[in-house]
Amino acid sequence: MSPAQWDLPPELCCRPMAFVALTGLDVVYNAIHRAIWDAFCANRRADRVPISFKVLLGDHEYPKCRTKRTSYEWYIPKGILKTGWMNKHLNLVPALVVLFYELDWDDPQWKEKQSECATKVEIVRTSLQGRNTKVAVVLIQKKTPLPPGEDLVASERASALCGACDLSGKSLFVLPHTDHLVGYIIRLENAFYEHAQTYYYNEIRRVKSHKEFLNKTTHQVTRISAVNRNFYIAEFIYKDPHTFHVLSCRYYRTAYSLVHELRAHETNMLEIKTMAGFINYKICRLCFQHNTPLDAIAQFRKHIDLCKKKIGSAELAFEHTAWMSKQFQSFGDLFDEAIKLGLTAIQTQNPGFYYQQAAYYAQERKQQAGQLCSHEPGVVYPAPDPLETPSGALDFYGQRPWRQGHQSIDPPDSEKEKQGILALQVKERDVLHSELVIALLSNAVAQFKKYKCPRMKSHLMVQMGEEYYHAKDYTKALKLLDYVMCDYRTERWWSLLTSILCTALKCSYLMGQVKDYITYSMELMGRASILHEEQKSRIEKNLIKVLMNEVPQPEPDCDLTSVKTAQSLWSDRISLAGNNEFTIEVQDYVPFVQCKAKFLYPSFHIDEPVQLHVYVRADCPHPVRFSKLCVSLSNQEYNQYCLLEDTSKEKDILETSTQENMCLVPGKTRKYCFKFVAKTEDVGKKIEITSVGLMLGREMGRYVYLNWRGGWGDAASSHETLQASRSFKRRTRLPEQQLDWDTVTIQSSTMIISRVPKISVQLTHEPPALTNEMYCMIVTIQSEEDTVAKDIKLTAGLKPGQDASLTQSTQITVNGSEVCDDSHPALLPDISLGDLQPGQKIVKPLYIHCMSTGSRILLFHVAYSVSATVEGKDINCKCHKDETVTLETVVPFEVAMKFVSSKFEHLERVYVDIPFLLMMDILSASPWPIELVNSEVQLASSMTPIDQPQSQVEGVTLQTSECASECFLLKCPPVQNGTSTVASGHYFISWKRKSAFAETSVVRTIVILPHVMLENIPLYVHAELPSFGRVRESLPVRYHLENRTGLVQDVEIGVEPSDAFMFSGLKQPQGRNGDTSIEAA
Amino acid sequence: FIRFVVLINYPLYIRSVPTQGELKFHYTVHTSLDVVEEKISGVGKALADQRELYLGLLYPTEDYKVYGYVTNSKVKFVIVVDSSNTSLRDNEIRSMFRKLHNSFTDVMCNPFYNPGDPIQSKAFDSIVSTMMVQAC
Repeated sequence: MSPAQWDLPPELCCRPMAFVALTGLDVVYNAIHRAIWDAFCANRRADRVPISFKVLLGDHEYPKCRTKRTSYEWYIPKGILKTGWMNKHLNLVPALVVLFYELDWDDPQWKEKQSECATKVEIVRTSLQGRNTKVAVVLIQKKTPLPPGEDLVASERASALCGACDLSGKSLFVLPHTDHLVGYIIRLENAFYEHAQTYYYNEIRRVKSHKEFLNKTTHQVTRISAVNRNFYIAEFIYKDPHTFHVLSCRYYRTAYSLVHELRAHETNMLEIKTMAGFINYKICRLCFQHNTPLDAIAQFRKHIDLCKKKIGSAELAFEHTAWMSKQFQSFGDLFDEAIKLGLTAIQTQNPGFYYQQAAYYAQERKQQAGQLCSHEPGVVYPAPDPLETPSGALDFYGQRPWRQGHQSIDPPDSEKEKQGILALQVKERDVLHSELVIALLSNAVAQFKKYKCPRMKSHLMVQMGEEYYHAKDYTKALKLLDYVMCDYRTERWWSLLTSILCTALKCSYLMGQVKDYITYSMELMGRASILHEEQKSRIEKNLIKVLMNEVPQPEPDCDLTSVKTAQSLWSDRISLAGNNEFTIEVQDYVPFVQCKAKFLYPSFHIDEPVQLHVYVRADCPHPVRFSKLCVSLSNQEYNQYCLLEDTSKEKDILETSTQENMCLVPGKTRKYCFKFVAKTEDVGKKIEITSVGLMLGREMGRYVYLNWRGGWGDAASSHETLQASRSFKRRTRLPEQQLDWDTVTIQSSTMIISRVPKISVQLTHEPPALTNEMYCMIVTIQSEEDTVAKDIKLTAGLKPGQDASLTQSTQITVNGSEVCDDSHPALLPDISLGDLQPGQKIVKPLYIHCMSTGSRILLFHVAYSVSATVEGKDINCKCHKDETVTLETVVPFEVAMKFVSSKFEHLERVYVDIPFLLMMDILSASPWPIELVNSEVQLASSMTPIDQPQSQVEGVTLQTSECASECFLLKCPPVQNGTSTVASGHYFISWKRKSAFAETSVVRTIVILPHVMLENIPLYVHAELPSFGRVRESLPVRYHLENRTGLVQDVEIGVEPSDAFMFSGLKQPQGRNGDTSIEAA
Repeated sequence: FIRFVVLINYPLYIRSVPTQGELKFHYTVHTSLDVVEEKISGVGKALADQRELYLGLLYPTEDYKVYGYVTNSKVKFVIVVDSSNTSLRDNEIRSMFRKLHNSFTDVMCNPFYNPGDPIQSKAFDSIVSTMMVQAC
């Protein structure tokens, strides 16, 4: 028996279809026949009727029909289902035989052909002796037939042919060989299908009729027949495509329950189960087809519950588990198939569960086979082969080859029975169980992956790995286990991780994989493992052996032959020179050594040594010695200072007794301190711990290098740190020099910052600054260093990063004597100030020119270098000190201008050639006194001074909110057109801040004079009045009238007295301007 | 048999009677988390407050039934019983979970208990023991 023994027969799994045989077709040599055949076979989609066609010869031999039994009195069935039955009705016994015959209605040799056709029909009938198979004739005609009833010859000849062939009119068809072949064929096959259905219907009736003979007794025999009958009926009904599935299902169900009613005993148990399995398969399949998956599942559950306990012969228990496994597997397959056709499965109900269960039974089978089939070496396969049958196959499904057809409770021949069982056991021994299990598991994995069950998937992969381990495929086992291990690690299921690790360790041992062996050992010894102390101790001893390049003790419960191979593998490894260095990246594991590296502070000044502590702790049962501890930093030049070696002579290591120092005592935290002096180039840079390495073993021999990236942490520590940080637990006081591991915090990077400057920078100034002034700030730098401060450089000016407009309106210079212009920068960098002896002071005045008001931040940065000694090393430290100051800028004064007449009356406009006054008011807005050095008016061409304009405010000092005024007498020369606006010119004020604090320079401020309206007047009148008059004395008034035009003007003058005056003289003089002067008194 | 587990995603408390077959039991509990997660994530955010804490039968296997319960703070309780055990109905399981939850709340109220650490409370232990005696 092959491993496929438990597979369902293909004829069971396929869909039963009506079988129609076609004869009289020569598909090899006749093109027309070929085309007809192709039209039948090709393109059989779901919408076409379910028929399987076969071309047979006219005299084909069909299976013989048994002689009908008339009485069932003495009938004893030999088994339930004959192995050939399904195939017979699927492929051998046709429901309909169709004879194709080329004959036109108007064939000249009609008579001869008719009789030939009748003979052929007869031959077919004879070969179908005793069967109820229908026969039909198809006439292949070249001509398109006329509509029915029109062709009288045709109908006459048709009935004649029917008579000759003994056919009913319904069984005679005409197939015109024209363009519409496929259409004709489809109509033909539908007609065939009807005939086939009639045949199957008759068959059903025939089978049902047997009931009459059997309904009297409840004998086993009757039951068997009943099962049989229902199964047959169901099968026949199943051949119908749509309508009768429900009905078919009902018959299958009846058959199913009847199977279980059969009296079961050891000899027929297998047969019953096989049959039950078959019928169950059919029912489930139909349920899935009907889209009632719940019914399918329920049926399957029922089936399993009923059959679970039907183990049968204890010596062949593996057969039961094999069968169970197959049940689950085929149900899984059905389920999966239904899903592919559109059924939706859910997480808790998907084919994966069935495959998983199938795998479980397969594992059980393996176990039972191991128990039952481990014969003595002397036992050989019995001869003659009890599994051999005369026909080479079984007659009935599920029977024993050595006692076929036997239906009584006890085996007929106990010796034969023994031999048979032995043969089965021997066969079972050779089955590759692990392969079966793995195949099922991988099916299940694929399903669970689909239905979002990552944990289930992992679990199954573990099982697969373990199965590979049992199958001695250690490479695959290790690959699978390694793949899922990290899931369990991150989920912190230590119990599961430990179990997986143990298997993985065995695999790596048996393969002589040193690195894997070391890795798994380390994890199994560590805190993530739940192994007992003695197991850990054993593993540790082995690990030490491996590190010493010796052969480790075998792992327990390993296959003995494999152990032997492994031992030789390991011994080969010893002699192998290379490949003895291993690096393990700790962050992927939870090894037995933990490490935390930290800088003592988040930053170090360049003039102090950088301090680094490394804490190491082991969780293994025995003390362990390491040979090297090294820290790598982001700047690798420092690595040499952070190294602890077995033969170390390094000075930087604080503790001296190295040998003692490099032993890790379980449960105790060790601290290693490292110190180094940072390089001056690293000022302002970050130093990071990139990794910490711990070497176990010898550099000369084999060693393993544990590497903590970032200086700490393995796969479990981030969670532990979190828990520890949340914990309120009181830390128990530990004795001197011992630390609580959880309290060690991580500081994996540090900044190197410059040395603290020992100088003072002072700023002296008188805020606020005045606009456009050269504002003086005095920087005083005093050294408080012990040694000479070299190369002092001052950077001063606007602090970068402020408003861009400030950069444009601020200038700084060291030279206060002249006013800055645009060429001066806003920030003056690196003003070299030389060296400064201890205690010495430098005073440096700086001048800032602010062209806009507002506040600005000024920066004074003093940098210098000084030499210092750190840890006996001379270094040149650069120090710097920053001072910033916020400076307000205000306007020094405001200038107001106005035009007034010579009588100080306000003028809206001025007149050509008539003098007027330009008046300035300078109002001080500065909190500090301002000295006006000079002022000057620079007139535009449209104005001319009447006298020499001279500053009237020169030398005046204005206190806060005091005002100084001056005026200039001006007139405007004539202009072309009557009225226009003219520019006046500029006003310059030279001033300086009056300060006792520093020498200030004169600032020249320019004020643009306003424009003014200028008007031409034709007649100018002005009166000459004495400055005062006396009562009752005459007050002489002289009016001057001036004609300013180029033409003679007639004037008429009238004087209106006021009440206080009396007139004397001409009251109404008349005259002409220009020629005479009119005087009025 | 009956087994009790309290877990976040890793076990905080595992108690089982009898102790053989523990590994398989652990795997069962671990795989049942798939279903628990799916069930929790299936509930919309808005309904999270009204969510039934008892998740019912997570999934049936041939040998045992796995029941789940999730507190609002996503602590999971799992009870595994023999599938042949018919004396424990849904209601009994539900009330066991409720007791378990109450007792767990007491554990959480202990200021010295650090959430996330394994439960070592004697009171909790005795509650579980009583339930085990009743169930078996």
